[in-house]
This record gives sequence, C-alpha cells and structure tokens, in this order.
Amino acid sequence: MARHRYFPHTDADVERMLARCSVTDIDALYADVAPALRLKKPYDLPKAMSEPELERYFAALATQNKPLTCFAGAGFYHHYTPAAIPAMMSRSEFLTAYTPYQPEISQGTLQYIFEYQSMMADLTGLDVSNASMYDGATAAAEAMVMAVNSVRKKRRILVSATVAPALQQVLATYAEAAGIIIEIIPEDNGETDRTAFEQMLGAGDVAGVMVAQPNYYGIIENFDGWADRCHEKKALLIMNCHASTLAVLRSPGEWCADIACGEAQSLGMPLNYGGPYLGYLCCKENLMRKLPGRIVGATTDKDGKRSFVLTLQAREQHIRRQKATSNICSNQGIMTLHAAMYLSLMGADGLEKVNRLSAEAAHSLAARLESTGYIKLKYSGKPYLNEFAVEITDENLSADAILEACADKGILAGVKLTDNSLLVAATEMCSPDDIDRYVSTIKNLKS
Amino acid sequence: MNKNLYSPLVFEVSHKGRHGYSLPEYEYGVKVELPESLTRKQAPSLPEIDEPSLVRHYTNSSNNNFGVDTGFYPLGSCTMKYNPKVNEAMVGTAAVGALHPHQPASTVQGALRIYRTLEKYLSEIGGMAEFTLNPFAGAHGEYTGLMVIRRYHLSRADEARRKVIVPDSAHGTNPASAAMAGFEIVEVKSLEDGTVDIEDLRGKLGSDVAAMMMTNPNTVGMFEKNIPEIAEMVHAAGALLYYDGANLNPLLGIARPGDMGFDVMHINLHKTFSTPHGGGGPGAGPVGVRAGLEQFLPNPRVVENADGSLDVTCSDNAFGRVSAWLGNFTVYIKALSYILSLGSENLMDAGPLATLNANYIMNSLKDLYELPIPGPCKHEFVFDGLRDKSQGVTTMHVAKSLLDYGFHAPTIYFPLLFHESLMIEPTETESIDTLDSFIDVMRKIALEAASDPDRIKGAPYTTPISHPDEDEAALNPILTYSQLCHKQTL
Amino acid sequence: MDKIYYLPTHEYIKVEGETGYIGISEYAAKQLGTVTYVDAPEDGDEFEAGEEFGAIESRKAASDLFAPVSCEVTEVNFALEGDPKLINSNPLEAWIIKVVIKDPSELEGLMDQKAYDEFCLNEKH
Repeated sequence: MARHRYFPHTDADVERMLARCSVTDIDALYADVAPALRLKKPYDLPKAMSEPELERYFAALATQNKPLTCFAGAGFYHHYTPAAIPAMMSRSEFLTAYTPYQPEISQGTLQYIFEYQSMMADLTGLDVSNASMYDGATAAAEAMVMAVNSVRKKRRILVSATVAPALQQVLATYAEAAGIIIEIIPEDNGETDRTAFEQMLGAGDVAGVMVAQPNYYGIIENFDGWADRCHEKKALLIMNCHASTLAVLRSPGEWCADIACGEAQSLGMPLNYGGPYLGYLCCKENLMRKLPGRIVGATTDKDGKRSFVLTLQAREQHIRRQKATSNICSNQGIMTLHAAMYLSLMGADGLEKVNRLSAEAAHSLAARLESTGYIKLKYSGKPYLNEFAVEITDENLSADAILEACADKGILAGVKLTDNSLLVAATEMCSPDDIDRYVSTIKNLKS
Repeated sequence: MNKNLYSPLVFEVSHKGRHGYSLPEYEYGVKVELPESLTRKQAPSLPEIDEPSLVRHYTNSSNNNFGVDTGFYPLGSCTMKYNPKVNEAMVGTAAVGALHPHQPASTVQGALRIYRTLEKYLSEIGGMAEFTLNPFAGAHGEYTGLMVIRRYHLSRADEARRKVIVPDSAHGTNPASAAMAGFEIVEVKSLEDGTVDIEDLRGKLGSDVAAMMMTNPNTVGMFEKNIPEIAEMVHAAGALLYYDGANLNPLLGIARPGDMGFDVMHINLHKTFSTPHGGGGPGAGPVGVRAGLEQFLPNPRVVENADGSLDVTCSDNAFGRVSAWLGNFTVYIKALSYILSLGSENLMDAGPLATLNANYIMNSLKDLYELPIPGPCKHEFVFDGLRDKSQGVTTMHVAKSLLDYGFHAPTIYFPLLFHESLMIEPTETESIDTLDSFIDVMRKIALEAASDPDRIKGAPYTTPISHPDEDEAALNPILTYSQLCHKQTL
Repeated sequence: MDKIYYLPTHEYIKVEGETGYIGISEYAAKQLGTVTYVDAPEDGDEFEAGEEFGAIESRKAASDLFAPVSCEVTEVNFALEGDPKLINSNPLEAWIIKVVIKDPSELEGLMDQKAYDEFCLNEKH
C-alpha cells in the first residue's frame, strides 16, 4: 500500500523495522495504551486533498477576502515590504531550523539575531535587546513584569490611558495573575495627564511607568523630565513605541527611559491579518539580567574565530523553571531576520523617507478631511506623524457610515474610536490618488 | 553546509552612501515639521547596503545554518518533521497579506473561515469542545490554558486553589508558565520507568490544587498508562488536568487527550502540524478546552453568526487577553494546509510511523548506549549517555561529534532525570535510509569513544566554528555590534 | 577565631561577633561550575532567616541564595561584580554580603563544619 508522499516508508521498510523492534505490527508498540483510550474510527476530517485541490480550496477562501486600500493603523501599518525580504526568508536553511541550540551549525540564525539586537538597541537608544517577544502587546506585558522584578518589593505600575486599549487589556491580564497592581494615568486632551502622573507617582510605591510614543491617537507626547521624576522615586520609565517611528522621533534612550518595548510590524512586515508580527524589548545594561527570553552574545571559538551563541541562559525557563524571568521559549524567530533585512535595506535614510512620506500623506489627508467642514481633528494642534483622530461633527454621519461607504469603494477609512470618531493613518503606500478617492467618497456621502 | 565560516556581519559589508530601498516620490503638497524637542538627535547608525550585497550576505550566512531541509534533525521534544512546501505556497494563495486586523469582518470572511476551520479540526484531533488559536507559541499556550483554569476556579468562588502540580520530568516551560499565571508549583516524582508516581501524587492533591500539568507520552517517551486513574484522582480533588501538547505527535491516529480525561490542552503547530520553526519562531500554541470551559477562553474570539457568517467578538467571561489580535495568522494557514494534505486517512499514519522510527533507532543502538527505561517508546526516547563511560566521553561529546557527520544533535541534558540525557526524536518523515545512516554514525562514534576518545572529545572538526567559549559569553556579555566594536578598540 | 555555619542549601555564614559574612560553600561552587554572575542585594536590605536574598549563576545553572539568619546587609562584595569567578577560586574568602546578625541564637539551628561535611558526603550518594 502506498503511503502519503510525506511518509517515505514502503511496506518492505516497515517489515524490516518491525523485525528490528521484535514486534509483528506497529500496534504492538502501543500495547500500553488501553483499548478504551484508543481512537475507534478515523478522525471526522476531510479526506486527503491533492495539491491542485488544495490550491482550489484556498483560492476559494481568498475570494472571501477583500483587500482594501489601508488608512487604518491602531498599531499596525501597511508599509512596503522590499521584495528581497520574503525571498531571503524563504531560504530553508533559515526557515526550517530550530532554536539555535548547537552554535556550531547555527551561525546563520545567531548572526542575524545579533544583527537584529544591535539595530533595535540602536533604534531605541538603549544598550541591549533580546531576541524578540511574540508581539507588541506581550512585549509590553513582559516589560511590566520585568520592571516589577527589577525593583525590590514594589508591585505598582502606572500605565498611561493613551496606551492602545488592546495593550491595556493584555497588561491587565498579565498583571492580575502576577499580583501586579496597574493604575491608569488619565488622559488630558489626548495626552497623558502630567499632573496626575506626578501625583500618582508620589502617592504609591511605583515600580514602573508605561507610556506610548506615538500614543494610541497618533500624538507625539512630550516626556521631558518624566524619567527624572521616575528615577527620583526609584521607578523605571517604560516606553512603548512603534518601531518605524523610532528612526525619526526622540528615542527612548534620549528620553532617558529604562525599557523600550513595542510592535515592530511597522518595519515593513505584511499585515497578514494580524501576524506573525514581532515584539521588541530593549533595556539599559543594568537591567540586562532581568530581560526575558533568548539573547545572543558574541564570543570566540577555540581557534579565535568570532562566534555567536545563546547566552545569559540562567534567566530562562529551561534552567530556572518557575523562577525564570519568563516562560517564553519559542519567540518570533525568523521575524527578526525580516527586521534586520528591512532596517539594512532602508538604512537611516530610507526610514526617514518612509516616515516623511507617511507623515505627509497623513497631514494632507487630515487637511482635506477638515476642509469638508464636517470632519475635524479631534486633538487639534497636537504634533503627530502618520496617524490622527478625527471627529465627525455632522449628526447625520457616523464612523460606521464612513467605514461602510469607504469599504464599498475599496478603502479602509480607519479604525472606529467612538460612534462619531475615527483613528486614521497613512503610509507611503497611500498615493495622492488614494487620498483623492478617500476624500471624494466622504464628500459623496453628503451629496 | 559550508565548512568555512562566512563571518561578516551586515554592518561590516555596509558602505556609506549605498542604499537598498525603493520608495515612491509622491508629492502630497504639505511639509511636516515636528518640534525639535520631539525629534531624534542622532540618526540611527544602521547599515547602508545595496540590494545585491544584502542578498549575498544573507545567502552566504544561511550556508552557516542547518535546517530540516539540510539534514536529519532528531531534536527530542521538538518534533522536527518535514515542513511541506505547499503549505508555504498556500499562504500566498489565501491572499491575507494585505488584510489589516481592523478590517470589517465582512471583508475578511475567508481569513476568519481559515481560523474557524482549523479551530474545529484541532478540536476533533484533540477531543476538545473548542479551541482558541490566539496563543503565539507552546509556552504561551500553557499560560493561556492555566489562565482558563484559574478563571474556572474563580468563577466557582473556589479561591483557595493556588497550586499547580508538575512532574519532575516536565518541560521547563510548565513550571515557568504556572508561575506567570500566579500559581505555586508542586513537583511530583517520577517512578523508575519515568511515569508519574501515583502515590506521591495522591499525597499532593487537595483542595488547594488548581491543576496538574502533564505531557503524554512524557518527556522520556513513555505513555502514562495510568492516565485514566490520574485523571480520576485529579478530578476527584476538584482540580483540572492540563495536557502539554509538545508530545502530541505519536498520538496522531492513536488517541485523543480529551478522551484520556484532559480538560485543557495546547498544541504546538510548529511541531505536530509541520509549520516551520524559523530558527526559533514564529510558532503557534492553540489551546483547547472541554465542554463547559469555552466561555473562559481569551479575547478576541472568532464566532459564527446565525446566518453562518463569521465575526470577531470579545466577552466578559473570558479570562482576559493574551495577544493584540488573533495570533500568528499565517501559521494557521500552513497547519490547515497540512491537515488537508494528509486528510483523515493519512493523519492516522503519522503517529504510528513516528513511533516506529523511534523504536527502530532505539533498538539499533541500545547495545552501545545506556537505555535507562526499556521500551517500547513512543515518538522519542532517552539514552543516558554511552554504556561505556570509562573513557570519559560524555553526551556533549557525542552530540558535537554528530555534527561532523551532517546530523543535528539530539536534545541533550534534558530531561533532568538522568545525568547524561540524550533525547532522540526522529519523526515520521524520515526514511529508513536516513535512520540507518544515523545509526551507523552513532555506532561509529560509540566505538571510537572507546578506541580514540580524544578524537571524539575534540569534535566537531568540520563545522564553521568549533567550541565557542560560552563561559566568556556569559561572563562578559557582548550583545550588540556597538559593544563588539567597543571591545575591539580596547 | 571565626566560626562558620552552613545551610542545607550550601550558603555559609562566617561569624565575627555581630558581623556575618555570607557566601556559598566550596562544595556548592564546585557543583555550579564557573560562576558568571552574582545577583546581590543592596546595602541596608533586611532579610529574615531562610529568606531569599539573591541568586548565583553559572552558564548553565542558577541557584537562589538564602539568608542563614535574620540580618541587615552592611556591605556587598563589589569585587564579585567585576570578577564573579573569585567564588570558584576561593569561596570562603569571596563572601557575597556582609551583614549584621540580628539574633545570634538563630546560629544554633545551623550546621557547623563537621556536620556540613557529613551532609555533603551524604548528598553525593
């Protein structure tokens, strides 16, 4: 009987192997599985599909997906992916490797992780980076746990209300179980309320303070003096930043933050309906031993050749078990290769251009939306790059109506904030024509 | 794989003034100026490189690497099976690349159908009522599953259940995940055959225990045959039984965790369901629950509307949220493609053939390697080093020696039950020819360990690097290129 | 003459009047291998007897450190920060923290050198 193409076993092979095992059938190798536990019939699943049938199956599903010209952000941005990246990522020497436990035959993986760590540390202006977290939300959760573990006997974390809601939910989940108390610093006209921050910091034994940059509404906040206030109280400042904007905005290091964390999807990673993306986590050198997850370090081999290895492993679950800095084992692996290649191809210059084009697209769209007379910037006058919140001032229009009308025209108008407000983002993928289409769709709603 | 190390970092093949990007020259008719106080003072010192040089750099660097496509990868507990190419192709066919997570559900019905279908298929394979695919990896799945259990007990106002029991042979992630979920860890002993000591377990169960975590077959490759009794004891104590799906592969076609009495489980799609591990990720760790626990699964959920269409919703009953969106989406496409490629009939073969392969190796080497727990094993087994240890050749030496013969090393020094653990998992996609050449090499190494031990101890000889100084790496960590340059100038 | 006492978790405390020097035993240092990092508390930190006060790491192992007696830290051995391997070369000299012992009677519950040597001998088997 011919087996499936992924199984090389011929009947003759099986016979030889059974003989070596001194049994007459494979079932005998499962003698210890009680009959009552055994599957009585094959799984209730479809029969095997050939490749052509599989192609047809997924192509049919694809027709139920409608790609839209993307003006949505809320943490995930449609930037361009240089064609060289997917080509290199599909090399099976990289793609089909496991975690680099054997450095002698894993220098490829170890080198790109080291490159990634170097670039992320540089972008954030901090000293060190780990080899990735799952996504921006879990990176933030781990940053919070890390802050609490770094500061003795303090379990309170202040989180700005301008941190993305989904992130706040993940933080709340991780905090509750770990006995960490989260207090939300209220927002004041789209920004973190500074007076409230100072009061809350003064009131309790705070281990860390988390703010977002740009914040959920796209606003670039001024954190001048925040790190000093935190450090006076022996609290850590944690900044949650979109990776792409790090190239042009004042870096966490320049704000004197202790930890930077966030989503690196904006480094040209395809949207892919939510993943895989990449969470990054960087910190100052004095917190290095509290960093969770894998870390790659440089050393030399017996002949003096520069080599890369997994290092500082005594922090990790396979050694420390329940006392580990985190349970993370598999991380986002090859997505760090994506990030390293993207940052290399773009360079500082390309990133500056991406940010400039995105900001210009967003600002031009904002101005034209405002010129309609019934849409206005929600936080007028605040500095922003490529994302902004708008309010719909016409009672006969709603966020839903706009989203729906635009979707009909093949445009994703943004992310709904409230019934009459939207979060709108633009990138270099939005051409002036796309913006024209967006604006005229909105205008047609009124005519 | 290259024997010569391709060593430059991308920074070292960078040249000022070059670039590798391609951006439109759109004119939007506006200029954006930010206040200086908010902008970066110093541009990042990223590489400057052209596209051809970058492609060569990573192509050459990939030659320093070993993957499943390169050769046999018998890494125990990691289930390094072949990663089918059609799975990768289907990611393109499914056309999800440009879909934003916040698109209206009506425009992503195909993507949601993929999620929902895989959820259903995993439920059938696991014998569970419902799955969430949101967790990003196995350990993340463990955390998610334990949080479901936590919420279940709290929903019953049973707040005293602060402990989670794990076997001493468990994967390190089990206790680490339980600790993150706020539990205290209690270890239960293993018997000489590697299975759970039921008497020890009995003494540790009580009204303060929330759950027991197990992997079955366990980490020494033995089926926990007392599982029905264990499940009964755990349930009688009011606790739930958690299945660590890292070792699910040998049970494909044989048995389902749900039928064994497990209440909550995770599956590593990058192990059992053939998605590539990418040098560390991205993986996926879907979590399944038995009927009655569905409501506690994390937000957001993919749900079916009355008209059959799909939607993404959040519920207050959920224990919380563990991901920004629905997890590592393209990994699901690959896993679904794998399940459909095999179909019900061939999935039935996967577990038994994996077990046959493992037993074949075990029986071919047990005269030269110490087999502390006699088989038959399931998907993997553990040798406690060489039988002849008189020449001082250790598991580490054997592992490094294998690299010279074009094999990846097995998992070494885990489980912690033995001093010289050498944990071998071949998977079902390896042919008898590959297994035979591995066996030949393992025998050769064992014989050479007796005749010329120093040669084995000096291995590897043919790899791009040999014996990196890991103590030095940990003593004086150099974690970035800038630290490396700084050290070189000293 | 200094008196020295041990915990079953292999920490020692050398006693000079009210002052104690806490480190890990020679046996423990050997078991651990090359020490790569010592996570020590800060001056002024206080610990109960049996409380965890830090951790010690080698490349592939780590163990927590427990206070043999209730104490307050008066000095941390900074030499270990630059060169943690000192613990391997001379564990009894390479103490980790210097403390004020709060209740000397707690010392009575600890193992002396002879008892500890026997304890280690048994642990090997």
